[in-house]
Amino acid sequence: MKNINRRDFLKLGAGAAAMAGLYGCTSGTRASGHVVVVGGGYGGATVAKYLRMWSEGQVQVTLVERNTDFVSCPISNLVIGGSKTLADITISYANLQHKWGVRVIRDEAVGIDAGARKVKLAQGGELSYDRLVLSPGIDFMWDQVPALKSAEAQQQILHAWKAGPQTVALRKQLEDMKDGGVYAITIPKAPYRCPPGPYERACLVANYFKTAKPRSKVLILDANEDVQSKKALFTKAWSDLYKDIIEYRPNSELKDVDVAGKAAVLEFDQVKADVLNVIPPQRAGQIAASTGLKLINNRWVDVNWLSMESTSTPGVHVLGDALFPAPTMPKSGHMANQHGKLAAAAILNLLAGQEPNPAPVLMNTCYSFVDSKNVIHVASVHQYDAATKTVQPVKGAGGVSAARNELEGKIAMAWAQNIWADMLT
Amino acid sequence: MKLSHIAAAFCLAGMAASAAAADPHLGRNLAATCANCHGTNGKAVPGSGMDALAGMEKEKLLQKLKDFKSGVKPATIMHQISKGYTDEQMDLIAAYYAAQK
Ligand SMILES: Cc1cc2nc3c(=O)[nH]c(=O)nc-3n(C[C@H](O)[C@H](O)[C@H](O)COP(=O)(O)OP(=O)(O)OC[C@H]3O[C@@H](n4cnc5c(N)ncnc54)[C@H](O)[C@@H]3O)c2cc1C
Ligand code: HEC
Repeated sequence: MKNINRRDFLKLGAGAAAMAGLYGCTSGTRASGHVVVVGGGYGGATVAKYLRMWSEGQVQVTLVERNTDFVSCPISNLVIGGSKTLADITISYANLQHKWGVRVIRDEAVGIDAGARKVKLAQGGELSYDRLVLSPGIDFMWDQVPALKSAEAQQQILHAWKAGPQTVALRKQLEDMKDGGVYAITIPKAPYRCPPGPYERACLVANYFKTAKPRSKVLILDANEDVQSKKALFTKAWSDLYKDIIEYRPNSELKDVDVAGKAAVLEFDQVKADVLNVIPPQRAGQIAASTGLKLINNRWVDVNWLSMESTSTPGVHVLGDALFPAPTMPKSGHMANQHGKLAAAAILNLLAGQEPNPAPVLMNTCYSFVDSKNVIHVASVHQYDAATKTVQPVKGAGGVSAARNELEGKIAMAWAQNIWADMLT
Repeated sequence: MKLSHIAAAFCLAGMAASAAAADPHLGRNLAATCANCHGTNGKAVPGSGMDALAGMEKEKLLQKLKDFKSGVKPATIMHQISKGYTDEQMDLIAAYYAAQK
């Protein structure tokens, strides 16, 4: 509420947002106005669709996305493991555009003028907004892996931590690797995107080696002191299924890379690999990290959990991986989708001059494949707590799978189909 | 001077005191937390294998959730999820889904 200042109010005049602000309290009056969303991933696509759906078309939504199609990180480890293709995880924005009436602009947002409520685009355009939503995901902190600063080095030592061409390229490197080779994956210190993701990837690469290149090894170099998610279930899968293939090394923080020698440079030693997969340290995507929004640890955006609005910059809401998370909240696609719905509800309240819901709820689930069929999950439910002004995990709720199982392998694919439809269809 | 505060004051004057309880969208918002798996508005993707919730009778849905909570109904995940919501929240969710065509 505090965000509509006098100048904006007068400037908008008889504009939709101002009218809604005044009349929103009378029953039957709806929110209206223009919301710009930057980033059409798990958070951004969700908020765009839900704003259109819940406002019954009254709120105009423009989505700015630099890629032509949506490519999902969830399930991308199965592409790397060889049981799915890139086409299986690629979805067009056509339904958002034609069915839901979202204006989709293929461009890159390069700046924000929060005072004038404008977003600058790389191709020269400018968009005015009543409210702005940023869901840009993560960017990598290349200065922490100096040898990988160049674009050329980044083509050789892959992260595949944003799904797309890198996913396919890593699969190709694995296919080209000789039997008896070593695949090494480095994991940065938490927090990073998708806590169980690296361990899932290690399983699926090992699963591929088991049949196709049985003398090969998977080496996990983890900067953390222990497995970051579903530890008991992952370590059981490693010992039951991949005993002589996977080796796990904790406290192995990457300092740099020897690109030509394909070696991970650790504090005291260098580890050579045939395929080196570096997941670099991460921070909020550039557009959220470099536009004056208040950051925590100089990396993640601080938000108000009732509205997902930046605590420093009125009118700018931030979702997904770019956030400084609430206690025990993972950086996941499922959670970014939930942020999108919380933000959509709050923005519609704010545009109608109402307070956002004072008791929002978020929930999370991450399914991880330990081979091409068996899956383990982790789930949690988070309720807003007025005393701590954040969302807190509900004690006694949530948990992990009893054991890896094929039923959840099917449910994980059903999850993917339904969340993709919930965002984009 | 923040004009939005004036707007808020209008709202307070015009509305019943229980502003939060009067938000007609609490059920909608809560039900949306289930939609990642059960589909937007409870309409699961046909053939995906996930149960649709749209149009399920309110009492029936509440009974299923109760049975998940108590452990009577076997589950891979719903026993863990259902414990995260209060009875009032479940009531709102069930009413919302029952009203979906
Ligand atoms: C291998 C892997 C497996 C994973 N598995 C799971 C899983 O099983 N379950 C799960 O819940 N999560 C999983 N995740 C995590 C999930 O992918 C992320 O948490 C999720 O994508 C975060 O959503 P987001 O909206 O913050 O960012 P994204 O989904 O990354 O979306 C950001 C979008 O913004 C665009 N963009 C960024 N900046 C700009 C700009 N300036 N202008 C225009 N466009 C811009 C990008 O192109 C991108 O499309 C996995 C991640 C990885 C890497
Ligand atoms: C992570 C995915 C997921 C989420 C989120 C989820 N469910 Fe479920 N739901 C399932 C699965 C899987 C089943 C089948 C039972 C099981 O294995 O747990 C199920 C079953 C059900 C059933 C029984 C359907 C039937 O016809 O027997 C109901 C009712 C239900 N869920 C309600 C909900 C509600 C309400 C929410 C939100 C509060 C919710 N679910 C959120 C995955 C999910």
